[in-house]
Amino acid sequence: MIRVRRLRVTLGGSVVLDGVSVDVAAGEWAALIGPNGAGKTTLLRAIAGLIRADGEVTIAGRPGHGISRRMLARLVAFVPQHPQFPADMTGAEYVLLGRTPHIGYLGVESAADRRACAGLLAEFGIARLAPRRLSTMSGGELQRLVLARALAQEAPVLLLDEPTSALDLGRRVEALELIDGLRRKRSLTVLSAVHDLTLAGQFADRLVLLAGGRVAADGPPAAILRPELLGPHFGAGVEVIATAGGDLTVITRRPARPAAP
Amino acid sequence: MTQATPAARDQSRAGATGPGSATGPGSEAGRVRAWPAVLAAAVLLLAAMAAGMAIGPAGVPFGQVLAALTVHLPWHPAVAVPPISAAIVWQIRMPRVLLGALVGAMLAGGGAAYQGVFRNPLGDPYLLGIAPGAGLGATIAIVSGASPAVLPLAAFAGGAAAVALTYSIGAGAGRRGEGEAQPGAGAGTPSGTASILLAGIAVGALFTAVQSYLAQQHSQNLQQIYAWILGGLSGATWSQVQLIAPYALVAAAGLLVHRRLLDVLRVGEIEAASLGVNVPRLRLLVVAAATIGTGAAVSVSGLIGFAGLIVPHVIRLAAGPSYRIVMPASLIGGAAFLVLVDIGARTLQAPAEIPIGVLTAAVGGPFFLFVLGSRRARRSSA
Repeated sequence: MIRVRRLRVTLGGSVVLDGVSVDVAAGEWAALIGPNGAGKTTLLRAIAGLIRADGEVTIAGRPGHGISRRMLARLVAFVPQHPQFPADMTGAEYVLLGRTPHIGYLGVESAADRRACAGLLAEFGIARLAPRRLSTMSGGELQRLVLARALAQEAPVLLLDEPTSALDLGRRVEALELIDGLRRKRSLTVLSAVHDLTLAGQFADRLVLLAGGRVAADGPPAAILRPELLGPHFGAGVEVIATAGGDLTVITRRPARPAAP
Repeated sequence: MTQATPAARDQSRAGATGPGSATGPGSEAGRVRAWPAVLAAAVLLLAAMAAGMAIGPAGVPFGQVLAALTVHLPWHPAVAVPPISAAIVWQIRMPRVLLGALVGAMLAGGGAAYQGVFRNPLGDPYLLGIAPGAGLGATIAIVSGASPAVLPLAAFAGGAAAVALTYSIGAGAGRRGEGEAQPGAGAGTPSGTASILLAGIAVGALFTAVQSYLAQQHSQNLQQIYAWILGGLSGATWSQVQLIAPYALVAAAGLLVHRRLLDVLRVGEIEAASLGVNVPRLRLLVVAAATIGTGAAVSVSGLIGFAGLIVPHVIRLAAGPSYRIVMPASLIGGAAFLVLVDIGARTLQAPAEIPIGVLTAAVGGPFFLFVLGSRRARRSSA
């Protein structure tokens, strides 16, 4: 569904992505992991057509570059790490923004657009947020609104940049479960950057380890979440422990401390 | 120690919204109702225009004003109007009211457009250097002794040239600076906006310098130049109305059709791009429309400050920030505002006139502070 070949991005004179090739199959959830500055956000933005990139991006068999913004927004929905929430906008207005690629240049939302968005809000269990202003909402509520806005685009591909970074432990799992459910129900293809390696392993079908602008490893979680692979790239001692439930947890080791006198 | 859990806080917040949280049928959720604000602005405009027609130093009775207007309707009843009253109403007051309405609409619409497209609350129609450009154009026309008929054209050309220079330098610098924008299908870069605004300041300074130098070199024309810069609607004629009306219509249409996309832009340029908006094209079209309208207004009225800045903000504070409300209501409300202020400009010191730019600031400033203050009071008590 997503096919990236030899992608190269230069920002401000330095090479951020250097020959990245990644494939994500239809209906798959792939997670981008890697240290800060590895190029996760840049890769997502390049696939979404938001920055200039050399190389080849194909989405659903169509070239991602050289098609109009509008067509691209019908193929790819992108959720940035820090979305901007205009304080005075209501929840319903915000989700309606997602209909933009389906509305003519001079047109306005139709009743059908509004019904579709109201349906999404109901499906997400946040219909009560429709008339409320964004400034009155919690982080978890805003996160659901952003997802609802992205789904309103009706794009087959969902790109998520750290979708859970602003959430507490419980909200985090909740949001990821929501994404997983939506993906299965609508057979979406998901590519997300995830900081938390344990969560990445729990939810994604495949992990792509980016480091220094290149793909360092690519495979199922069990093959990637290995201390000898993660440690050098993250620059920390890493231990991977399998839980009784079969999940892999990744924890860091503190360097040995001098014994207390 | 009663620390509410996040879930409990969510619940109490949801409860606090009370009856307002009941959503209507799905097709109504998220609909922005522009008509109450637009209707209110239209009523205000009609009242302002009626007052503008009725009030003046000549003291024409209201019945004669009505009669003088009626004779221009088709199939009008037979009424007798003294010729002097007819001339005052139809040749002096009517064009002045219409010109004030057109100029006010363009300034407020342009201000709303720049505030939206540059996401900058300080946006006013002169943001990209149109005022210094028009000032230079007018100064050149005056000092070169050209016919007064050339003055509007020179001012318009100077203003448009300044904006074009600002835009081409600023947008180009933004593209090179980040390497983020793709020409054609590209997204706007955050730095694109900043470099356009900076270029506006630089271009404005340059044009102002040249204009000041020219004015200084031709001190015999100083009073004429100064009078033009202060702005005003005195001496408004039907031909001026006819001159700028087509530009005003094109500009108003160009701004109104982009009202929804300006709302999308409220989430920022990168997100708007990811939602399918071609941000550089949107910015260019909105700036072009605002420049046509503001340039036409400035060419006949000189530089009237403050109207373009505060009218959109007052509407935002009163009716909400959606550009589906702000844009049409600014166009109509700006017209009403300038017609009202102009009544003061020509009557307060009659037979002398107060420069209208002085009054817009003197009236608009305190009024804006009042609106801002009362809203803050409402918020903190809520």
